[in-house]
Amino acid sequence: MKIIVAVKRVVDYNVKVRVKADESGVDVANVKMSMNPFDEIAVEEAVRLKESGLASEVIAVSIGVAACQDTLRTALAMGADRAVLVQTGVEIQPLAVAKLLKALCEKEEPSIVLVGKQAIDDDANQVGQMLAALMNWPQAAFASRVLVEGNVARVAREIDGGIETVEIRLPAVITADLRLNQPRYATLPNIMKAKKKPLEIVTPEVLGVDVAPRLKVLRVTEPPKRVTGVKVLDVADLVSKLKESGVVA
Amino acid sequence: MSCLILAEHDNSLIGPATAHVVTAATRIGGDIHLLVAGSGCANLAGQAARIEGVTKVLLADSAQYADQSPEPVAELVAELVAAQMARYSHCLAAATTTGKNIMPRVAALLDVAQISDLVQIESEDTFVRPIYAGNALTTVRSSDAIKVLTVRMTAFAAAGESQAPAPIESIAILGTDAGAERKSKVISRQLTQSERPELGAAKVVVSGGRGLASAENFHQILEPLADRLGGAIGASRTAVDAGFVANDLQIGQTGKIVAPRLYIAVGLSGAIQHVAGMKDSQVIVAINKDQEAPIFQVADYGLVADLFDAVPALTEALGRTGSGVDSS
Repeated sequence: MKIIVAVKRVVDYNVKVRVKADESGVDVANVKMSMNPFDEIAVEEAVRLKESGLASEVIAVSIGVAACQDTLRTALAMGADRAVLVQTGVEIQPLAVAKLLKALCEKEEPSIVLVGKQAIDDDANQVGQMLAALMNWPQAAFASRVLVEGNVARVAREIDGGIETVEIRLPAVITADLRLNQPRYATLPNIMKAKKKPLEIVTPEVLGVDVAPRLKVLRVTEPPKRVTGVKVLDVADLVSKLKESGVVA
Repeated sequence: MSCLILAEHDNSLIGPATAHVVTAATRIGGDIHLLVAGSGCANLAGQAARIEGVTKVLLADSAQYADQSPEPVAELVAELVAAQMARYSHCLAAATTTGKNIMPRVAALLDVAQISDLVQIESEDTFVRPIYAGNALTTVRSSDAIKVLTVRMTAFAAAGESQAPAPIESIAILGTDAGAERKSKVISRQLTQSERPELGAAKVVVSGGRGLASAENFHQILEPLADRLGGAIGASRTAVDAGFVANDLQIGQTGKIVAPRLYIAVGLSGAIQHVAGMKDSQVIVAINKDQEAPIFQVADYGLVADLFDAVPALTEALGRTGSGVDSS
């Protein structure tokens, strides 16, 4: 059983992003880049499925500029077997990502595609569901627990109001939520080993996928700032301030 | 121009998010059709028809829609839109876990982009949405013939109740060919039971972080205050990860987005991921013993104090004045 896991290179979780003065986007020059945290969780889950003997091969896929090879090497160091980079310099929007992954699914015929539920840069939360639709596969989005038995996966999903457990027949798409697992750190020996693992580079043209963007970004702006308020002396002061402001009667 | 909205419901009640989406649709204009897809849900159509702004309710009653499974519901929505290409220019749902599960699937079936979590509608093809956990806003223009959108409910007021209900039309169930092997099957749901208001709709939210130190403290300290104010309970990611409360109470980038009239943050530092989920609240109160905590930068009223003294004292003080929150 093969697993494809898709990983995105994004601005590191701990970086406070700045909007560019010309409103053309967010400044990513000289900013630390890392694997999208939700994708790390997806890689971890894929590697665990392999370690438990349920999966035979884990293929990490990334889409973007040449530097995405670093992200793929991280996935390889975590335990993926080989990697594919769909290299392109143009902006790839979620529908195009899903189409590129579809082309790779048709070639590799995986039983499970694991992706993070959303990327922390565009916060779109779309690719997994879109890929499932394009493949006409079932989906289990926002997974917090995955149990695979034969050709069926039982997945606990985080939904508003609680947890829902669904059963999906494989092949299927699963998107990882925060509490699915705690991703491992890549050890130095594994980082060294990852350098020797195969990494194939293809292009959208080779895969025959039209990746033209459907959305044009007109501007990127700072959100309205909250005015910093005041410190109150004690509880009595707080209560009187709340009454003044009218939120408490 | 005309909008198709996917209603959110549990087969007995229309969810509060739907009325917010209707308001967003009125900004786009034209007819607003509300699709109720469920099982044994005929009584829902009446509720749906009374949401102000809805011009027609479409009722799709079939066992396959009982659990809002994304595969059949997305297929239904996409077929409705595709069958009437000239009719629906926009297809909307709330940016809840249900809407987020279904709408990207709809968009892919229609071969169009999906625009997530929109907070502002500039025109029929131009929308504003947050990126980077709300640290930036992006304005995008869609070149697709059909716009598939999810709407952040806190960004749009709820539509009112109409005195003249919209007409209801039962629709023939399309394409039942989808084999069972291509659908996810719901085995169980464990929903958190609570007397308190739903987080997304609450006027007051009392939220706790790591400073509460244990699940017992979390409940003993925060619940009396929340109940005094008729509010909901929320939590930071660290409090959820530490097991103080269930995951569905998490507020922030990857949890719930709330914008109540009063938000009281107790013993939480105010990580940017948390602030992204509550910074649109009308009045923010922070109680933390660390005066350097970033939460004070967004708080209207900050109290540097030990929460174990301050919160019970606040609960008592509010009780003495016989208050609740002004419901206006």
